Amino acid sequence: MSVAARIRPPARARPRGLDRYGDVALKLLCGAACLLALSLLFDLAYTVFHRASPSISHFGIGFVGHTAWKPNFKIFGAGVPLYGTAVTSAMALLIALPVGVSIGLYLSLLAPKRLRGIIGPLVELLAAIPSVILGFWGLIFLAPAVRDAEPWLHRTLGFIPLFGPPQTAGPSLFVAGLILSIMVVPIIASISRDLFLTVPQELRDGAIALGATRWEMVRGVILPSTTSGVASAAVLGLGRALGEAIAVAQVIGAGTLIHHSLFETGDTMASRIALQFPGYLNQQHVSALYYLAGILLIFSLITNLIAQGIQRRFNPAKGLA
Amino acid sequence: MTGEPGDLREYDVEAPLVPTGNLRRRIVVNRVATSAATGAALLAVVVLAIVVISVARKGAGVLSFGFLTKNPPLFPTQVGGIAPAIVGSAVIVGLATAMAAPLGVLIALYMTEIAPKSRSAQLIRMVLDLLNGVPAIVIGVFIYGLMVVGHGPSGFAGSVALAIIMLPLISRASQEVLLLVPSTLRDAADALGVARWRTVLGVILPNALGGILTGTLLAIARAAGESAPLVLIYLAVTPGVQTNPFNFGHGMDNIPASIFVASTSDVKTAEARAWGAAFVLLMFILITSVGARALLNRSRRRLTA
Repeated sequence: MSVAARIRPPARARPRGLDRYGDVALKLLCGAACLLALSLLFDLAYTVFHRASPSISHFGIGFVGHTAWKPNFKIFGAGVPLYGTAVTSAMALLIALPVGVSIGLYLSLLAPKRLRGIIGPLVELLAAIPSVILGFWGLIFLAPAVRDAEPWLHRTLGFIPLFGPPQTAGPSLFVAGLILSIMVVPIIASISRDLFLTVPQELRDGAIALGATRWEMVRGVILPSTTSGVASAAVLGLGRALGEAIAVAQVIGAGTLIHHSLFETGDTMASRIALQFPGYLNQQHVSALYYLAGILLIFSLITNLIAQGIQRRFNPAKGLA
Repeated sequence: MTGEPGDLREYDVEAPLVPTGNLRRRIVVNRVATSAATGAALLAVVVLAIVVISVARKGAGVLSFGFLTKNPPLFPTQVGGIAPAIVGSAVIVGLATAMAAPLGVLIALYMTEIAPKSRSAQLIRMVLDLLNGVPAIVIGVFIYGLMVVGHGPSGFAGSVALAIIMLPLISRASQEVLLLVPSTLRDAADALGVARWRTVLGVILPNALGGILTGTLLAIARAAGESAPLVLIYLAVTPGVQTNPFNFGHGMDNIPASIFVASTSDVKTAEARAWGAAFVLLMFILITSVGARALLNRSRRRLTA
């Protein structure tokens, strides 16, 4: 046997025994799991729109404009819950965006190291509170507090039609907006904190070395270089606010009319499904609720795709898996 | 500064130390902005504290050993216990975890070990993100249309709904940990001629196990508090402790849905029971999340060290 023959690298060894099947089995299993996830999303969309189809064909696209919702007479329109969804989500975003971004700034730039390790996890715990408990708390504690503050709000901000005359009932669009903002703040805060930490230290140091104050550094360096990331965080937060059902159902008061005042009751698409689905009256009623769910599904897919698109355009490296 | 106009000595000593004009304005703006950011962080912590304390004050009073082990009363004059809801929640969430965890890990393996950076991995990642964004209530009506129509409500239907919510969370967390496993380990196994599946089972998964488990724990904490899909199938619930999730035709009692139902009713004892249940649930979730996060940091540090 020559030396050359012994050290010649062997031809790629053919996998033997178990190994021949092991790799194939692993690939098949993982591929099957991925296919299942894919088909789940398609099945979800199909089921929702299939069940909604009686209402879609009966009411058409006009469904979104009509404000009458009378299950007894089989008349359904999504106007009121659409309005409620828009108002509460807009309010939640209006509050949560500045607060969440500020928390992100505090956690990434301002807080001392030790406080950072305490406050960061606490803010994330806020996101861990179940929506049903937050809604229960909102109904028993927050709603009466808001009711007591309504006369004052009406007096000081009454020139805006949104802050109408005070109401005697606790639940309102206003409380729902507040509860939603509590749920959205941790999302925006944790995304924006991670975002601000990606700004290179040299850029920050450069701004400070030029004599900028911390705020000028934030406004001149941090925010401009992360604008699109903050925008996508806001869109993700909006998606969360649009789809929250339970907490909103507990505090919004299930109103059936459009009121311009935030202190009146209302309904969102998600909360109407949560409240009416378990006790539906007829098949038309169910399919109208599925129609609402379909609109909600489209909203959530759109907001997610927008957020993903912004992220990818802003940071092409992150778009790759 | 109260020096007289002619007192030049005092003016010279003091003047440079007090910012004036534009600099003064900039410093004030900076101070306002930084305190606003600090205030926002404090606000979030205060809100968390208020919610936890009010739930604790309302709920801790009801809590007792009997509350955890007794059935709800037949007559609404007593508070009774929430044993069926605790057992039901445990069964539903446990079954959901048993479905979602293996699937989530397999998907993560596909994205990191089998076809990393491929188009299909990108597609799966997008689908998981979309699935993660689907509102829980929509998943609820989907499961209702898929499993409850024709078969009746069951604990199993709730489990499937929660599994769909957990799936993206678990696979995302697993993927992050799998990416942290040093590629030198993979290269070493490849160099020794070890088959890929043996590398995955013997080297990669054991190294990532800690992170995967904590990711699963966080998903459990999320699913345990999820109420939207369970509220929709909270129908025909049989009284007493139920352990069989495959009892088609009967919904299973669970903590989140029972809190929701009690919060929309006017019965005082039901409200007291709901506060107790909310306290139990909140404690479970807070302890699980804090514990999981601590473990996650530890395993991440071990992998990156």
